[in-house]
Amino acid sequence: MTAVPDTTAKKLGLVIDLDSCVGCHACAVSCKEWNTGGYSAPLTDQNPYGKEPDGVWFNRVHSYETRSGKDAGRTVHFPRACLHCEEPACVTVCPTGASFKRAEDGIVLVNPETCIGCKLCSWACPYGAREYDADDGIMKKCTLCVDRIYNQNIEPSRREPACVSACPTNARHFGDFADPESNVSKLTAARGGYDLMPESGYQPTWKYLLPRERKAPASVLPMDKVYRKPVRDEHKSRSADAVAGVATTLKHNRATNAAPPDSDHSALPGANSQCPSGQSVNVASGTQFTTEPPDAQLTGWWRWIDRLLSR
Amino acid sequence: MTPAYSVIFFTVASGAGYGLLTWLSVAYLANWWTPNAQGFVPGAIALCLGVVLIVAGLMSSMLHLGHPERAWRALSQWRTSWLSREGVLATLGLIPITLFVGGWLWAPERILMLRMSALATIVFSLSTVLCTAMIYASLKPIPRWHNPWVPPVYLGFALASGAVIAMCVRAFADTAPTSFMIGTLALLIGVWILKILYWRHSDAQDSTSTIGSATGLDALGDITQLDAPHTAANYLQKEMGFVVARKHATRLRRMAILLGAALPSLVLFEILMTEGFLHDILLLIGTASVMFSLCIERWLFFAEAKHVVTLFYGEKSV
Ligand code: SF4
Ligand code: SF4
Repeated sequence: MTAVPDTTAKKLGLVIDLDSCVGCHACAVSCKEWNTGGYSAPLTDQNPYGKEPDGVWFNRVHSYETRSGKDAGRTVHFPRACLHCEEPACVTVCPTGASFKRAEDGIVLVNPETCIGCKLCSWACPYGAREYDADDGIMKKCTLCVDRIYNQNIEPSRREPACVSACPTNARHFGDFADPESNVSKLTAARGGYDLMPESGYQPTWKYLLPRERKAPASVLPMDKVYRKPVRDEHKSRSADAVAGVATTLKHNRATNAAPPDSDHSALPGANSQCPSGQSVNVASGTQFTTEPPDAQLTGWWRWIDRLLSR
Repeated sequence: MTPAYSVIFFTVASGAGYGLLTWLSVAYLANWWTPNAQGFVPGAIALCLGVVLIVAGLMSSMLHLGHPERAWRALSQWRTSWLSREGVLATLGLIPITLFVGGWLWAPERILMLRMSALATIVFSLSTVLCTAMIYASLKPIPRWHNPWVPPVYLGFALASGAVIAMCVRAFADTAPTSFMIGTLALLIGVWILKILYWRHSDAQDSTSTIGSATGLDALGDITQLDAPHTAANYLQKEMGFVVARKHATRLRRMAILLGAALPSLVLFEILMTEGFLHDILLLIGTASVMFSLCIERWLFFAEAKHVVTLFYGEKSV
């Protein structure tokens, strides 16, 4: 059982796009929600409302900061879960056969009925993917939502891991790496998907995509040169614009990865929004950020509002 | 890695037990120590001690499991898993051990059976200890364990501590031959030298992975952890995030060498050079000090070992 299959028919897994991940932890939460009723149920918590809550989560989102040269630093959110490796020593070290890799799709699972809770597999995993359930006395780990992706009771469009469905920025892509024409294979090829800790020799199936290079770091925009500009004409059709604005921003984000021109406005005095939905507030009040001097265009009560906001 | 007392006790106790049984078997086969008028009682005591140490060790490692009642399942995966192999060999080894101990106690005249079981006891004891060591040595994510020094050190300490206990029992009953005492001490010191070499090797080992290679973000420059995924320590950090300060570890290393090699040398010197009734007490102190030093050594084996998963939690390199 714990012998790893030479090769698997499918190699199901995820591509995680660190460029899109905003660190919202939606994947982690929806994973916990699905899996606490799934194959490895329950995912117990210890002391959940106490000072030091602990519990089993299959999916964890780290946040790192990277710096190089004069780059002011950039935040990278980093989801981490089982990578369903092709050479998973977590499986071969298991003395009971409770851990196994499926020959049909490459999913690595723990049989909750036979695991003795020796914890050896968690020592053997370089990626911290296995979490011991102290209440159940057995090891648990990401199942790639094996009870969802083949589930005939849910509609086909939702037969993907819970984390993938939940991700609001589409940073998680699910597919078959054995098929060179699959979405994940193409994405990996196009964006240079890489392995975590390749020197481990475990050959993770999942791939990660680096954040794209920033064209102009937001921090080099001098603050005192940034002004708000009224957009009166748009005032009348503001709700339509709001929708269009959000859509453009998102598209822009995906396409270039450069920070959208107004992405830094939360740092400016008087800014009243930080998120795409909040952006409509700005549009509603008729202001957008430009680098042109203010007084040139400000007339009437717009100027008054501007002063009020600038305080 | 966080040192678990059950595992420290298990490896030290069962190692000493297997070492002890190995030496008793060797001594029997070589006709140094047979169940004759002189050797019967100390031999019986030493054999029982060996069995108690092994069984207590195995019990403690079973209690460490989340589901001890399923432990029998661990015998099934010997093809791939060193832990399973250890379980299989420990279980099978109980047969020759029982025959040897039983033969010694109740049928000392059945020389052939005793010889066969003594031989098998040696094979199973040493291979079981080797499996214990290989469980650690096979774990790639822990560089201080994944190296060729670990198995010889484990085997060496098992044999040395077994010899010390055998000597202690023998000397208590009548007198242990001088050559036996000196041989034991030489073995003990030899293994400590091996251990010191292991420390030197693993201190000098290049790091295998960095926070950059773990996350792949080294392409973007220097990396620091901004936020952990959770507010309180999780299983990974509790199990694998243990850190021992370098200064503290150095002090413990010295203490282990002092208690494990220096003090026993002094004790033996004093016993060989002088006559006196204090010898028994000194021997006990020496033996206890060796066993204690092995507990420190084992504690350090865990405490000093860094797991690569700590990289995700901000450790720079492992
Ligand atoms: S990420 Fe860890 S648990 Fe998952 S397959 Fe790889 S080694 Fe095993
Ligand atoms: S904890 Fe369970 S799954 Fe992991 S190695 Fe032990 S028996 Fe196998």
